[in-house]
Amino acid sequence: MRRWFDRHMKLVMVLPALIFIVLMIIAPLAYNFSYSFTDWQMSLVKAPKFIGLQNYKEILHDERFLNSVWRTIVFSSIAIVVETILGVALAVLINRKFHGRRVVQALMLLPVVATPVAMGMVWKLMLEPSIGIANVVVEALGFQRRAFLATTGFESMLWLIIIDIWEWTPMVMLMVYGGLQTIPLEPYESALIDGATKWQTFTKITLPLASSSILIAVLMRLIDVIKTYDIIYATTQGGPSFATETINIYGYLNMFAYYRFGKAAAISVLFFIVVMAMGCGFLWVKSKVEVEY
Amino acid sequence: MSKKTKDILKSVGTHVLIYAVLLITLFPILWMVLASIEPQQSIINQNAHGLLEFDATLRNYISIFTEYDFLKYTKNSLIVAFIAVALSLVIGLPCAYAIARFKMRKSSVIVLLVRMIPGISFLLPWFSIFSQLGLRNTYTALILSHMLVALPYIVWIMIPNFESIPVDLEEAACIDGTNRYGAFFRIALRLTTPGMITASLLAFIFSWNNFMFSIVLTGRNTVTLPVAIYDFVSYAYVDWGGLMAASCAITLPIVVLALLLQKYIISGLTAGAVKG
Repeated sequence: MRRWFDRHMKLVMVLPALIFIVLMIIAPLAYNFSYSFTDWQMSLVKAPKFIGLQNYKEILHDERFLNSVWRTIVFSSIAIVVETILGVALAVLINRKFHGRRVVQALMLLPVVATPVAMGMVWKLMLEPSIGIANVVVEALGFQRRAFLATTGFESMLWLIIIDIWEWTPMVMLMVYGGLQTIPLEPYESALIDGATKWQTFTKITLPLASSSILIAVLMRLIDVIKTYDIIYATTQGGPSFATETINIYGYLNMFAYYRFGKAAAISVLFFIVVMAMGCGFLWVKSKVEVEY
Repeated sequence: MSKKTKDILKSVGTHVLIYAVLLITLFPILWMVLASIEPQQSIINQNAHGLLEFDATLRNYISIFTEYDFLKYTKNSLIVAFIAVALSLVIGLPCAYAIARFKMRKSSVIVLLVRMIPGISFLLPWFSIFSQLGLRNTYTALILSHMLVALPYIVWIMIPNFESIPVDLEEAACIDGTNRYGAFFRIALRLTTPGMITASLLAFIFSWNNFMFSIVLTGRNTVTLPVAIYDFVSYAYVDWGGLMAASCAITLPIVVLALLLQKYIISGLTAGAVKG
């Protein structure tokens, strides 16, 4: 018995995690997949009815779903571009000499680790049209009061993007800052001797040498940003009149607000495929980047 | 202008810029703290008074623990997070060790893929399975779902930690009479304590913050803090002071952890970005 344990150590060590993964991940995913071919509404008691690809057909002609896809793309791309540019700029900034580095770093970390639902509520209060601080500021500056998250146009989406940027730019900053610290001093010294300008040093030395950490920060954000849920659900629940509804929110509402389980399952299957395709792309790029080390 | 004055000016500029960014970053959190000690009357009449002109009060904090039972929600959150992290360590550490020692590169990819799966794909099956098993409104369902948050972090962070232990050390221990399991328990686990702190911290924070799984799987008796905070606004009248006090209460432990153990948290968050 003991010898068997010794010989199969690999299996013994991995088995508990493997069982967990099968029971909590693979089986549910398979269930979810099978639900997506059924008409199953309202009730857990009433059995689902097989309807083939009907749900998928319905979704692809559902304007609300297509809008949510579009919104997810807009939300993710704007957030990622701004977070990357800001994150790199801030990383370069905190790479300079200054007093209080430890404290500043720890405090900058707070938006990343603070509970998103709580942060969503704070933003909701600040942006609340009638009592929030934002409108006090807007009026003091001599502008018309605004509705912020309560607008049906693009403005509400824009504010959610701003919240996401506030929340995640510090993480990009910290990751890029970590990359900056691995750059040796020599290239900078020779650039100084050759009389390179600051901008040249930045684009020709800093950016290329930090590029792998920047790229990985971007890819990490990419995986998470399209799944953004907490902040949106806490502030707008996708409203007003669907103005901030992303795929994640629409899928969730179909499950637990409209109880259209079959349709919701189909939405989450499509979403799963997109996210995993992006994830595999991420792994591929990451492996390419790491070869250069 | 001499070089020295130029350097001083540049340094002053750097400081101003950095602390301005810091202020913007912290503003929402400071606002939360401020509103949490502000009476409701003063919050809803923001125009009528200056930023700091109000009678500070602790009533909001008292009311969330007396009127809203936040003590129970805090207890629920702590139980779920602690047990989920502990169980994830129990099954995650051996798994990470095996992946590191037996060079199972493919398995480490699976761990990453697990982290990428959108949570929404699990909600429906878990909801229906746990309902059928009568496990909704129990800690079990919550803990199992939060383990899905904790496990990938633990395995992902621990693999490079175990890889960094010299194999010679374990072989020496084996020659001295312990078997390979002994080497794992006595050598590997002991030498990777910092990594374990990092992994557990991150796992704890993300379990503590988790909203999506909790809102679906909690019942009346197992409401966790993020769900409780969300429930605050589901009524027409929003008790903003209480809401902000509750938000402060849920954020405070995380802030303390971040300030005390920032080194670990940063190394965990940026794991994978910087090699070596």
